Amino acid sequence: MADLVPLLKAEHLTMRFGGVVANDDITFTLQEMELRCLIGPNGAGKSTFFKTLTGQLVPTSGTIAFRGMPIAGKASHEIARMGIGIKTQVPNVFNGLSVRENIWMAVRRKATPRQQGPAVNAVLEMIRLTDYADSIVATLSHGQRQWVEIGMVLAAEPELILLDEPAAGMTDEETFHTAAIIREINQTRAIVVVEHDMEFIKQIAKRVTVFHQGRVLVEDTVDKVLADQRVRDVYLGKKVAA
Amino acid sequence: MDKRLRLALQAAGTVVAIGVIAIMPSVIELFGLMQLTLFAAMSVLALSLAFIWGFGGILSFGQTAFFGLGGYAYAIAAVNFQDSTPAILLAIVVPALFAAILGYFIFFGRISDVYLGVITLTVTLILFNSVNSTSGDAYKIGKALLGGFNGMPAVPTFNMPFDPSTVLSPEQSWWTTAYVLLGVFLLLRLLLALPAGRIIVAVRENEVRASLLGYDPRLVKCLTFILGGAIAGLAGALYVNWGAFVSPTIFSLSLSAEIIIWITVGGLGTLLGPIIGCVVIEYIVAYIGSQQLLNSNLVLGGVLVVFVLLLPKGIFPTARDLVMRLVPQTKPKANGPSVPSAAAPHPAGAE
Amino acid sequence: MAIYVILALDVLNGISSLFLLCLGLAIIFGMMKIINLAHGEFIMLGAYATVISANAGVNIWIAMLIVAPVFVGIVGLVIERCLIRFLYGRLVDSMLATWGLSLLIIGIITTIYGNTQQGVPTPLGGFSIGSYQSSYYTLFLALMAAVMMAIIYGVMRYTRFGLVARATMQNPAMAATLGVNPARVYMSTFALGAAVTGLAGGLLAPVSGITPVMGGAYVAKAFMTVVGGGAAILSGTLSAASLFGSVNQVGAYFTTPVYGEVIVFTTAIVLIRLLPQGISGRFFKGNL
Repeated sequence: MADLVPLLKAEHLTMRFGGVVANDDITFTLQEMELRCLIGPNGAGKSTFFKTLTGQLVPTSGTIAFRGMPIAGKASHEIARMGIGIKTQVPNVFNGLSVRENIWMAVRRKATPRQQGPAVNAVLEMIRLTDYADSIVATLSHGQRQWVEIGMVLAAEPELILLDEPAAGMTDEETFHTAAIIREINQTRAIVVVEHDMEFIKQIAKRVTVFHQGRVLVEDTVDKVLADQRVRDVYLGKKVAA
Repeated sequence: MDKRLRLALQAAGTVVAIGVIAIMPSVIELFGLMQLTLFAAMSVLALSLAFIWGFGGILSFGQTAFFGLGGYAYAIAAVNFQDSTPAILLAIVVPALFAAILGYFIFFGRISDVYLGVITLTVTLILFNSVNSTSGDAYKIGKALLGGFNGMPAVPTFNMPFDPSTVLSPEQSWWTTAYVLLGVFLLLRLLLALPAGRIIVAVRENEVRASLLGYDPRLVKCLTFILGGAIAGLAGALYVNWGAFVSPTIFSLSLSAEIIIWITVGGLGTLLGPIIGCVVIEYIVAYIGSQQLLNSNLVLGGVLVVFVLLLPKGIFPTARDLVMRLVPQTKPKANGPSVPSAAAPHPAGAE
Repeated sequence: MAIYVILALDVLNGISSLFLLCLGLAIIFGMMKIINLAHGEFIMLGAYATVISANAGVNIWIAMLIVAPVFVGIVGLVIERCLIRFLYGRLVDSMLATWGLSLLIIGIITTIYGNTQQGVPTPLGGFSIGSYQSSYYTLFLALMAAVMMAIIYGVMRYTRFGLVARATMQNPAMAATLGVNPARVYMSTFALGAAVTGLAGGLLAPVSGITPVMGGAYVAKAFMTVVGGGAAILSGTLSAASLFGSVNQVGAYFTTPVYGEVIVFTTAIVLIRLLPQGISGRFFKGNL
């Protein structure tokens, strides 16, 4: 299914911090409804890539188009309003507010006042935190706060969802549940997932992009990528013959 | 606490406050009433910073800039129009506009916490210096002589709306000031209960997350700042009405420090605490002023240091927590593990 | 012609006074990320130490160059132990507590010495250029600014303490794993900053009116210079002091001293807006 305009297209994207090149000439295309996994060792530039996509960083050079509209350099809230939602690597929630208020913040932009209550409840149900709705988020466990953040991203109903290590710090059962939800969301939306956990990747992935030293190393189906010798070398810390 | 119980308590408190304000003049003598009027005007100023700092997370070291602008705007307009009605309006609008310009500059320039402190402090000094050097006949706005460091004496006080011939008596001034305080308090309470208030608090909690959900933190903070400026300006008008006088000391750094002390003592993140802090501290300052033993700076400084070190939450929240612990909870807390130390480090301003 | 020489001397004077006034604050802010709002009162204490010891018969040079820094350094040490050390990493609380401290110090000095203005005569004589007067003390201040810069640079660059301090500034956790005690480093740094500030107060004592509230005039200037200068202690402070000092003097020359101040404050605000990382954050990254 080759749409004329891809959902997301980044071309020659470069991000420098002083002398460090975190993203080096990345070109990345995502189709509507696609589920893509980004993998790569620490420092490969995955989180930086997500930050430039969501306006937290302004790329040094290159373009990003969301459904053909340029978004590189736009403010975070403008990009969010266009329909890109992100769960960041460190839990990024409103610690001093209750779970319900956190979700409400995300729902409010989309729903009319009358729809807001039911919409919040539906999300609470989905992330299995209904019992904790009125707890202050700071008092929850790490895994639960991850869920709150995922819930906020879902509640905002974005067209494209970016998940930076959604299963980090979760138990096996929680991870399994997360994978199920990701597949379910993917019925209606495109998702990009950054993850280290290979078992998790196997549960959800179709196509995988491998980042290494700020560049795209390989991009292929999950089986081929996992069988690729260069990818194995990268993960074992060997030098890659370019 | 049950939601309805809380609402009922709040309503009862409001009714009591209305009643107490009404009968106050017949209970205490004129001198005491004048002093209470001053405290009420200062409490409005306390609320303005309590709101932007406690709920908006914006620590302004120069809230007196808006207080002073409000005071001067009122005085100049009152001298020119000889009617307080448009003057009070201007005392709100002028500082709000100034806050809009300054806020646009600060928040849309993505200036962080420390720098915000420097800029607000510096702006206050600019105003202090500028107004201080306006002695002489050249500095005149309409009929109003600015008077430099001597200030403007004999500023007309409040009159009945649109009726300049009927000047308010001290009792009526008290009612006006105290009911304005109550009104501002209730208005802020209401605002914080509305969606807008929750967004303001959410932006304080986590700016990055708010912007990733599509809110513009710059705009939210700017609007919060403007509302704070408007309230401080209104407080300035009330203050000038109390003394019928305004001078550049209204912009002074020591007053800026005092506002911060009121809030630190009363309790950051509450609205009632700063009012309590303001009244207590101002009462102590007035008491010290009437005797020679202690220096007020000594006491204020000592109080601030002690509170930051030992009682950082302030009087009101500490007292509230104590009461909550004594009163059995009507509803058991959610069965989750309540480990407050699990709070992640505050991500805002991590850069 | 003579007027321009005088103006140049005024500018030099403005820059060197501002540099001396800010250096202590810059050391404390640059190394410890603590904004010391009692900085103005440290200056005031240095001035009082100078005036009181000089009036008690101590040689004026000893009073300025030794008594003032030693006294304020000790005060700084005590304050660090009793107050500041509880506030590391709590920027806002440290600002509030040091603001309280500044009021406290003002209160103590007022209680002891009263509100009256004190002073010492300016040492060194004057000289005239054309029909204008200037004093050698102005040149001495510029010399002292240069000497202080050299000393701080030397200490930071070439001594063990300087190396440890710079390492701690970069990464306290890493320095701690290497056996450095960050608490000791912070304590000495704060005391050093206080001593440098006390010296500035001593040096300025002969040319300023000394009252308990004199610090208020300095704190905002010092604060904005350090923030405008950015994280680099020497290059940042020197560049910001040069900019603001010249703007202040030239502005004051063409208008009035009061508007000179207003112009310099406005410049500071615009600078912070344009360069949120300060001058050194933009132009001298990684310098001292």
